[in-house]
Amino acid sequence: MDTSKKHIVLETKNLTIGYQQKKTKKVIASDLNLAIEKGTFIALLGENGIGKSTLLRTISKVQNQLSGAVFLNDKNLIEYNNKELATNLSLVLTERLPESQLTVFELIALGRQPYTNWVDALSEYDIEKINTAIKLTEVAHLKDNRFYELSDGQLQRVLIARALAQDTDVIILDEPTAHLDMHHTYKIFQLLKNLVETTQKTIIISTHQINLAIEIVDELIVMTKDAVFSGKTENLIEQNKLDNLFPKEILSFNKRLGQFTISKDN
Amino acid sequence: MKNKTYTKQFILLLILVVFLCFVNISLGSVSIPFKDIFAIFLGDETVKDSWQTIILNFRLPKAITAILVGSGLSISGLLMQTLFRNPLAGPFVLGISSGASIGVALLILGSSFFGSFLFLESSSWSIAIASSLGSFLVLSAVILAANKVRNTMSILIIGLMFGSFTAAIISVLSYFSEAQQIQQYVFWSFGSLGNLSWDELTVFISIYLIGFIGVFAIIKPLNSLLLGEKYAKSLGINIKQSRIIILAITSLLTGVITAFSGPIAFIGLAVPHIAKLIFTTSNHKILIPATAITGAIVLLICDIIAQLPTVEYTLPINAITSLFGAPVVIWLLIRKKKMYI
Repeated sequence: MDTSKKHIVLETKNLTIGYQQKKTKKVIASDLNLAIEKGTFIALLGENGIGKSTLLRTISKVQNQLSGAVFLNDKNLIEYNNKELATNLSLVLTERLPESQLTVFELIALGRQPYTNWVDALSEYDIEKINTAIKLTEVAHLKDNRFYELSDGQLQRVLIARALAQDTDVIILDEPTAHLDMHHTYKIFQLLKNLVETTQKTIIISTHQINLAIEIVDELIVMTKDAVFSGKTENLIEQNKLDNLFPKEILSFNKRLGQFTISKDN
Repeated sequence: MKNKTYTKQFILLLILVVFLCFVNISLGSVSIPFKDIFAIFLGDETVKDSWQTIILNFRLPKAITAILVGSGLSISGLLMQTLFRNPLAGPFVLGISSGASIGVALLILGSSFFGSFLFLESSSWSIAIASSLGSFLVLSAVILAANKVRNTMSILIIGLMFGSFTAAIISVLSYFSEAQQIQQYVFWSFGSLGNLSWDELTVFISIYLIGFIGVFAIIKPLNSLLLGEKYAKSLGINIKQSRIIILAITSLLTGVITAFSGPIAFIGLAVPHIAKLIFTTSNHKILIPATAITGAIVLLICDIIAQLPTVEYTLPINAITSLFGAPVVIWLLIRKKKMYI
């Protein structure tokens, strides 16, 4: 195990997340103290409605925290303006793109917007970054297609390429494999894993592919009703932290296999 | 964003604009030979004085107005379609035109209610001012509502509601008005490209240019809005500010156009789709000039059609744009089966 201390890119301090509606506060999770190192692949796990999206939205400044603070590259998130944030953190969302005639290349090139001038002209350096992103995600053959012609798996790669072209330290993906079959899900996980290794970027995903995540990612953030755990996957397994992820009567964690299995008594 | 060039399309369309301009100028109740029209433009003083006046003070301003109105409404439509990511959006759907209508209706029809304290009695300037004020007020209301609701569909429905609301007020006003006032209002609502003096045209062009230059400053946010507001924000775009600038430019362009030429329907909705079909791109760097030129062409053609049937009369331009615009859009939809924002 690597003992040398790596740079912490994303840190939360006593972070409480949730919604503020008029006078009532709905707390989703409180006192989160997470520290995420550069160059790690992290999966956020938890059952439906537990607040994974709320956490991702809070650390990407889409929504405000109730209290505490998020630090991105040692700077408080609230001190970032939109443009500055765009050069440090990029997003891959689950929502459908509006129907336009953008080509794959144009879509990926939009990732360079935080760096381009007012008419959006691409410099040599921008083109180089775009081509690197295209190469890393293996979408070169799709370059001139319109994005609406792509399959869900191809589109996901293109959206990841766009985030890569944005060249940020942190990339956050909200359920990147939501619409994909087993095969393509595995390929996306493998792609993200490779990207972390080759580019030293930090990639955070939320996912329901728990067994795959346990196998592939470096660290987990596990959200349960009572608490939020985070750490290296093997450590969390060792400390039995995964046991409470789902109601035990139906799904239980098999420590020997390192996988969740359907409980026998059912 | 893309290396593909569209020079050929642009050159062809520009040639078409110049050609249509000449055809447009050559038509009218007095027939003037082509060679004399050329002579007038080349500054030849020997051509009949009356012909010079007709060409330089009536037909040329009208052709220029057609180009400004066509391109301005089309750009406004394109901006609305991208901002709301809805292919059915346009300056009309958002109630800008109904705002202008209520302004003018209050001026012309309201005089029976309020007496004639409304300073200038329906001169073309006071109509222009009333219509600008009206569209500004209704658009402000729509912007305020747009800031309250997040759902873009709701904003369109709010725009339509404002339209019905103003139409109702205009009905009430008409009910209590004199026949002559109603006629004056109806004539305004037909739309008109002519009747603008060079003085009015100068004001028109100046305001138009402010809006037109502004459009080029928002190419970047427009392109990122193609991915939706969340992505645009994550690319460093200030959504609120961009939205206000886009709405301000649209209201400036549509406001000044409606002020001088009346509520001209359909162009704003239909032309962006024609441009998107010809240029098959969503990149606003290409699409904005493409839409502007296509809009100018379409309105020049509409104005030519309006002058065709009789030498004595011209048909209302507003009827022509819808009469020919609606079938074109239906045909495009059936052929392509899909409309893009």
